[in-house]
Amino acid sequence: MMTWADLLFLNPEIVLSIGGCFLLLAPVLGGRNNGVAARWSMLVLLAVTAGAVFCAAAAQAPSAALSALFVVDSFAVFFKLLFVVIIAMVTLLASEFLEDGRYSAWEFYSLLAFALCGMMFMASGTHLISIYVGLELMSLSSYILTGYYKNENRSTEAAMKYFVLGSVSSGILLYGMSLIYGVCGSLHLATISTAVATMSGNQALIIGVMMLGAGLCFKVAAVPFHVWTPDVYTGAPTPVTAFLSTGSKVAAFAIFARIFYMGLHSLEPDWNSIIATVAALSMIVGNLAALTQDNVKRMLAYSSIAHAGYAMLGILAMSELGLQGVLIYMLVYAFANVGTWAMVMLLRRREYAGEKVDDFDGLHKSAPLYAFAMVVFLLSLGGIPPTAGFIGKYFLFAAVISAGYAWLAVIAVLMSAVSVFYYFRIVMAMYMKESKAAEVVESRQVRFIVAVCLVATLLLGILPERMIRGAARSIAPIVNLASR
Amino acid sequence: MQNILSIITYWPLVGALLILFFVNKESSRAIKAITTFFAGTTFLLSLVLWFQYDRSAGAPVFQFIERCSWIPSIGVDYFFGIDGIAMLLIVMTTLLTFIAVYSSFTAIEQRQKEYYVLLLMLETGMIGVFCALDFFLFYVFWEVMLVPMYFLIGVWGGPRKLYAAIKFFLYTLAGSVLMLLGILALYFYNSSGIPFLGIAGLGNAPSFDILKFHEIGHTIPPGMQFWLFLAFFIAFAIKVPMFPFHTWLPDAHVEAPTAGSVILAAVLLKMGTYGFVRFALPILPGATTSSRILIPVVVLSIIGIVYGALVAMVQPDMKKLVAYSSVSHLGFVMLGMFALNPMGLQGSVLQMINHGISTGGLFLLVGIVYERRHTRMIAEYGGIAKVMPVYAFFFLITTLSSIGLPTLNGFIGEFAILLGVANVSMVWASFAALGIVLGAAYMLWLYQRVFWGPLDNPKNSELKDLSLREQWTLIPLVICMFWIGIYPKPFFDIMEEPVNYIVKKVDPTYFEKAGIQYVEPPLMEGHEKPAGHAELKAIEAAR
Repeated sequence: MMTWADLLFLNPEIVLSIGGCFLLLAPVLGGRNNGVAARWSMLVLLAVTAGAVFCAAAAQAPSAALSALFVVDSFAVFFKLLFVVIIAMVTLLASEFLEDGRYSAWEFYSLLAFALCGMMFMASGTHLISIYVGLELMSLSSYILTGYYKNENRSTEAAMKYFVLGSVSSGILLYGMSLIYGVCGSLHLATISTAVATMSGNQALIIGVMMLGAGLCFKVAAVPFHVWTPDVYTGAPTPVTAFLSTGSKVAAFAIFARIFYMGLHSLEPDWNSIIATVAALSMIVGNLAALTQDNVKRMLAYSSIAHAGYAMLGILAMSELGLQGVLIYMLVYAFANVGTWAMVMLLRRREYAGEKVDDFDGLHKSAPLYAFAMVVFLLSLGGIPPTAGFIGKYFLFAAVISAGYAWLAVIAVLMSAVSVFYYFRIVMAMYMKESKAAEVVESRQVRFIVAVCLVATLLLGILPERMIRGAARSIAPIVNLASR
Repeated sequence: MQNILSIITYWPLVGALLILFFVNKESSRAIKAITTFFAGTTFLLSLVLWFQYDRSAGAPVFQFIERCSWIPSIGVDYFFGIDGIAMLLIVMTTLLTFIAVYSSFTAIEQRQKEYYVLLLMLETGMIGVFCALDFFLFYVFWEVMLVPMYFLIGVWGGPRKLYAAIKFFLYTLAGSVLMLLGILALYFYNSSGIPFLGIAGLGNAPSFDILKFHEIGHTIPPGMQFWLFLAFFIAFAIKVPMFPFHTWLPDAHVEAPTAGSVILAAVLLKMGTYGFVRFALPILPGATTSSRILIPVVVLSIIGIVYGALVAMVQPDMKKLVAYSSVSHLGFVMLGMFALNPMGLQGSVLQMINHGISTGGLFLLVGIVYERRHTRMIAEYGGIAKVMPVYAFFFLITTLSSIGLPTLNGFIGEFAILLGVANVSMVWASFAALGIVLGAAYMLWLYQRVFWGPLDNPKNSELKDLSLREQWTLIPLVICMFWIGIYPKPFFDIMEEPVNYIVKKVDPTYFEKAGIQYVEPPLMEGHEKPAGHAELKAIEAAR
């Protein structure tokens, strides 16, 4: 039986559901076109949510009925706070295009709030059904957000593609879950973990795990389930792309890590070669395909495929170091990536401008600080010290080496050298093409985001100790369970 | 003076930030003045190292130690310290950076603020590389330094600057990420091991301490040593550059602005050879002395010497000629190093300094004439000794220094290397000697074509001789050339202990076999004596 006290654990999710509905209904009270009011309502909602996360983390242990579905451990809290930060940044990024009045800000923010609510469930879910429900809530919101430029063909086309492919992948995921249920007799991760311990080599189980893995790979955009990524990332409004490439991916990795570390770790011999192949392919295909892109959004889309491959190294390693690596990588990747998207926003003149590499030409002349910030973000994505990206890559490489996958480590480092080549095409455009000086759209919110991401990327790179300790604390509940 | 190394390392960065935030980009005079001040004071500070370095017998190998925890959860320390080799390289770095700054005053007209900021940042990176005794810290500096150099080539370079800059960056990066894997493997070997690869760890506290790695080097199993050496080798060989990893070098040198070429040749290439001396040799002694490593390295060095010289000979472009001569000279340095005896190593280290001075000087000289004529084609010149006698004088001394004329620095280095190499194999030594002959041939031929003969190109008849500022960029180098050439003892004194330390690490029985009395000095102040050979044998036996 769930008790009233249990509701305390669901605080953030309750706040977000109510808040999301409020944002949807608020325009009825008037101010339909008041984007500023919508933005502030959203930010207040996010602040309350963050507070609620802390409340939930501090509360007493929940009843057994709830804890079978849902936990608020330090792992969940880490991701929940990261989600709130990401959504807050996306909110600010989106505010500018929403406030020019053509698109309703209230609906946009309410969809973001619902997506966040789904992500919160994903971070906390310890039961495949609660994880699935959270995932679907997030996915459905992001399908709509992708098509938010409803008068633009590319945006609607992207939304349609994303919706169709996403639904199929959800179906595959669900089918995998049902197979696992069929074999293990439970959807609860802890029970699955004990059930599968003696079932290595069970055919039905392996097929179930593979289908589950395929669904997750779609959500994190790993090869060979990546084909939707470039089109969707390019077609979606840039703030939504920022959300898809950080929020949605980070959430998918949260469940990826939890399911594999908590539920399926003893099946490792059955799935490690598949995950290793997927990771290697993602890094290779993502980085090589990005080399030839002239469109920055497409380039970053391919690079985000490669980043999914890197993060999967941490899942593959199945060690404390690996899980820590996933958390750190998600954190540093989120800041560098949102920063990059913010820069793309700054160059926006029409809906889709600021997308070509050429649009960055001569940026150092018109906006030296922005150009510098962009260099830092790109160095971080490329994993070059002293930026935070290096620390993230360091942990993943260390994890994959200590797990004995030397060949994969070699592919990973060589591909990160390749990635620098295309990241530096943007640097080259900014500093070494003198033909023109790129114009920048001044926007207070976006400038703020760039500053935050810049400081975070440098600070976490130069003084990473606190982040590493935090990640070590956050993985404790998962690792303890896995070693049991 | 507790933190002298940190002060020297970050002092240029302070200057860079000062210019970045407080100086208007139009006020060219202020920018130049501040940069000169910071580069100059950094040089003066580095002289403190020269005078304070304890050369006495029994002095610790590593001095000026600074150590504190940086990322304790993975065992990374902020650990600075230098031996004589690093000290010489640091002094050379600060001197040449100062000269490079001073030489850029008229050469760089566009985007001066960024240029000088980047030069100063580069200096911080370079000094940090030589100071770091923690592998993680070393790696950070090693990569950090790439970025300013990339910009220096890519923004202020010649017509193919974009290509040259990215090629430089990617080559070095590709090598260094492999090195990162090597570092990680060492790290795990020292601590928990890599059970999945059948590598048992030593169970020490996780650490990236290079001196710790020096200590445990002997215990690493041969197979692992081989792969680790390969990882380090690729990183360092690209940087040196050794044949066949040298193809980035001519592009980068030719396209870089003069100051960039000077720093590239004088300092960045030395990082490769320094990497071998500091890491590959003492950490992986088994691999270093095994024939499947030693022979290929020596063969590649010899190919580098001869091939570099032959290619240099046919270059129509002066800068490219000097660039290829670097390949040849660095082949020498590698050959001397892999003689693996004190004489060869001392010659090798001295030759690193010599190459920095001579080739740095040659790039400056080529830059001077390029600034006047905007061409570096040898065929465009001829007989310019008549119009630029002072220039011809400086060029002659530098040329002679580069080809190793006695009383100049090159001779001492080459002689020591030949002596060391001849001790090991006369065949190697004869190839090295061939390199010297070829070196004399292409340099003297270059000199002859540019400075002598009739002054038949009318564009050259109006060339102005060196200004006072230009002379002053060269005079310190010329002084060094004569100093090392006539009285190299101070340099050998400084190098002796560190070189013996490395030789002892590579071959613990070397001194016994050679019948030389050798007392191992303490590793650093307050450090207990390192484990002797017998103890290491015991560890090996126990495994």
